[in-house]
Amino acid sequence: MKDAAVQDPCPAAQDPARADATAAPRILLASPDAAGHSTTLERVVAERRRRHRRALLNGAVLAGTILAVFCLTLVVGRTVYSPAEVLAVLAGQDVPGASFTVGRLRLPRAVLAVLAGACFGLGGVTFQTMLRNPLASPDIIGISSGASAAAAFAIVVLGLSGPAVSLLAILAGLGVAFLVFLLSARGGVAGTRLILVGIGISAMLTSLTDWVLSTAGQWDLQEALRWLTGSLNNASWDQALPVLAALAVLGPLLLSRGGELRATQLGDDTARALGVRVGRSRLVVVVAAVGLISFATAATGPIAFVAFLSGPIAARIVGPGSSPLLPAAAVGALLVLVADLVGQFATGTRYPVGVVTGVLGAPYLLWLIVRVNRRGSALWPPTTPCTCRTSCSATASAP
Amino acid sequence: MLGYGERTVIDGLDLDLLPGRITAIVGANASGKSTLLRSMSRLLAPRRGAVLLDGQEVHRLPARHLARVLGLLPQSPTTPEGITVADLVGRGRHPHQRLFARWSPADDEAVATALEATGTADLAERPVDELSGGQRQRVWIAMALAQETDLLLLDEPTTFLDVAHQVEVLELLTDLNRARGITLVMVLHDLNLAARYCDRLVMIAGGKVAADGAPAEVLTQERVKEVFGLDSRIITDPVSATPLMLPLGRHGAHAVPRPPLSEHARTQLR
Repeated sequence: MKDAAVQDPCPAAQDPARADATAAPRILLASPDAAGHSTTLERVVAERRRRHRRALLNGAVLAGTILAVFCLTLVVGRTVYSPAEVLAVLAGQDVPGASFTVGRLRLPRAVLAVLAGACFGLGGVTFQTMLRNPLASPDIIGISSGASAAAAFAIVVLGLSGPAVSLLAILAGLGVAFLVFLLSARGGVAGTRLILVGIGISAMLTSLTDWVLSTAGQWDLQEALRWLTGSLNNASWDQALPVLAALAVLGPLLLSRGGELRATQLGDDTARALGVRVGRSRLVVVVAAVGLISFATAATGPIAFVAFLSGPIAARIVGPGSSPLLPAAAVGALLVLVADLVGQFATGTRYPVGVVTGVLGAPYLLWLIVRVNRRGSALWPPTTPCTCRTSCSATASAP
Repeated sequence: MLGYGERTVIDGLDLDLLPGRITAIVGANASGKSTLLRSMSRLLAPRRGAVLLDGQEVHRLPARHLARVLGLLPQSPTTPEGITVADLVGRGRHPHQRLFARWSPADDEAVATALEATGTADLAERPVDELSGGQRQRVWIAMALAQETDLLLLDEPTTFLDVAHQVEVLELLTDLNRARGITLVMVLHDLNLAARYCDRLVMIAGGKVAADGAPAEVLTQERVKEVFGLDSRIITDPVSATPLMLPLGRHGAHAVPRPPLSEHARTQLR
C-alpha cells in the first residue's frame, strides 16, 4: 500500500498546500517541450469533449423522458385509449370519443404544459445565472405575480382576451422587473436587497390578484386558482399559440447570449474584461426572460416555483460547466407535465398543476434559505472577499 | 478625471506605460490605485480625459476588440461552483469566439499553452474550488493568458496569499513577461516585492502620481514618509540588490531596549 501512495500521480489530492509549494520551482516557460505540450493539448481536448458528451447525453435523456411522459398524458385519463387510437387521432383521423378527448382536451393541455414549462424553466434559469443567485428567480421576485395580476385584471375587470392579455402581462412583467431593479439599484443588483424588494413586491401583487378575483363574483374557484398558483384546466390551442411564438422568438435570443452569461458567471468585472458589455447584455437577457415568463403566465397563470426549481435541478443533472439554459427548459417542461399528471390523477381530487409544484417547491425554498444563510455565500455576500479565495465558510460571513 | 458617483478620486493624472515591462502601481489605501487600473481597462469611464491604447481611446473601442488586446484580472473574481480548471481557463477565450461558433483548435491550443505556462496542466480536470489559494490564483492567471492579450492588468494579484504563494505568483508573472514580452501592470501592496519584481514603480497619492520611475529612484525614505506617512529606512535588498523598505515604528527597534513587563501586564498574562 505504501508503494501506491508514492506512485499517486496527483499528490495534490492529499495535500494541496504541499503540492503547491513543490510545484512552484517547476514552472518552465522558455522552452516547453513539444511532447509535454501535446499531452496537455490532448488533456484539454479530452476534458472539453467529456463535458460536451455529458451535455449531449443529458439532453437526450431529458428529451426522451419528456416524450415518454407526453405520450403517457395522451394515453391515460378517465378513459384510457390505446396508443393506436392516440396515433390515429394525431394522424388526423376521426376516432369516436378519442378525437374529442385526446385531440381537443389532452393534446392542447400537454402541449401547453411543455411550452409553458419550457418558458418558466428558461426564464428562471436566466435570472438565476445572470444574478448568480438561485433565489433571484422571477417567481420569487414578483415578475410572475406581476404578469399574473395584470392578466387577471385584464380578463376579469377589462374583459379582454387573447393577445391583449399577453401584451398586458408582458408589460406588467417588465414593469415589475424595472421597479425591482430600480428599488434595489444601490449596492449592486445581485444583492440581498433585490431579493427582499422582489419578495415584498410579489406579496403586494398577489394581494392585488386576490382583490381582482374577489370583485368578480362570477369566477369560480378553478379560475381563481389559475391566477394564484397556475393551472392547465381548459387549456386550448388559443392559449398555446402565443406561448409557442414567444418561445420560438425569445428562446433562441436567450440561447445566443449563453456565452455572455457564462462569462458573467465569473463576476461583472471579469465579464467586462472578457469583452462582454454587461449592462446591455443584462438588458437584452432580462427583457427576453421576462417576456417568456409573462407569455407563459398569461396562458397558465404563475405555475408555482417551476421557474425557481428548474435551474437548480438542471444544474444538478448536467453538472458544473455546461450551459444550464436548455436543460432547465427541458426540466421545466417535464416538471409541469408530471405535476399536472399527478394533480389530475394521483388522488381522488383534481388539483391544478400549481398546487403540486407548490408542494414540491416550498420545501426546497426553505432548504435553500437555511443552507445559504448558514454558508453566508450567495444571499448575504461578504463585503470583503473571503481571505483565502476558497469556498471556506469561516471568513465568508459579513460582519 | 475619474470618480464614482459624486466623488472624484483621481484628477489630472498623466501616465505613460512602458511596453514589454512590468509596472507596479503602489500607494496608500484609498489613494486611487485600483480606480486607475479600472479606468485603464474601461471598467470605469473617465469623466474628463482619455485612456489611449495605440493612439485609440480605450472607451470607444468595441468591447470584444479591446478584450483581444487588453486583459484584466480583477481583485476578486467569482469562481462558479464546481467548475473545472480547463473549463475556467477556456472561458478566457470568450472574446475570440463568435456567436454560436464552435470551439476551434486555436482555442484548445491557447488553453493548453496557458495551462502549461502557469504550471497548472496537471490540474486540468480538477474542480477549481478544491485547489489551494496559490494554485487557484495561477488558474485565474491562466484564464487571463488564454485571452492572448499583449497587455495584462492585474488588481492586487497577491492579496489573500501567504508569502510563499505571493513570491510564486510574482515569479510566474515575471517569467511570462520575460518569455513572451507581455506588458504587465499591477496594483501591489507590498512595496518590497514590488521593488524586487517590477521594472517601474508608480506611486499614487491623493489621486496624483507622487513618483514614477525605477524602484531605486521611487522608493526613498522621503517618499515613503510623504505618501504613507511612515518613517522608514531604505536599505539594499541583499538578495536582489533592489531597495528594501524597513518601517520604523516606535516599538520593535533593537536600538530601543524592550522595557520589562509592568506588574499590571504580568497579572494580565497570568
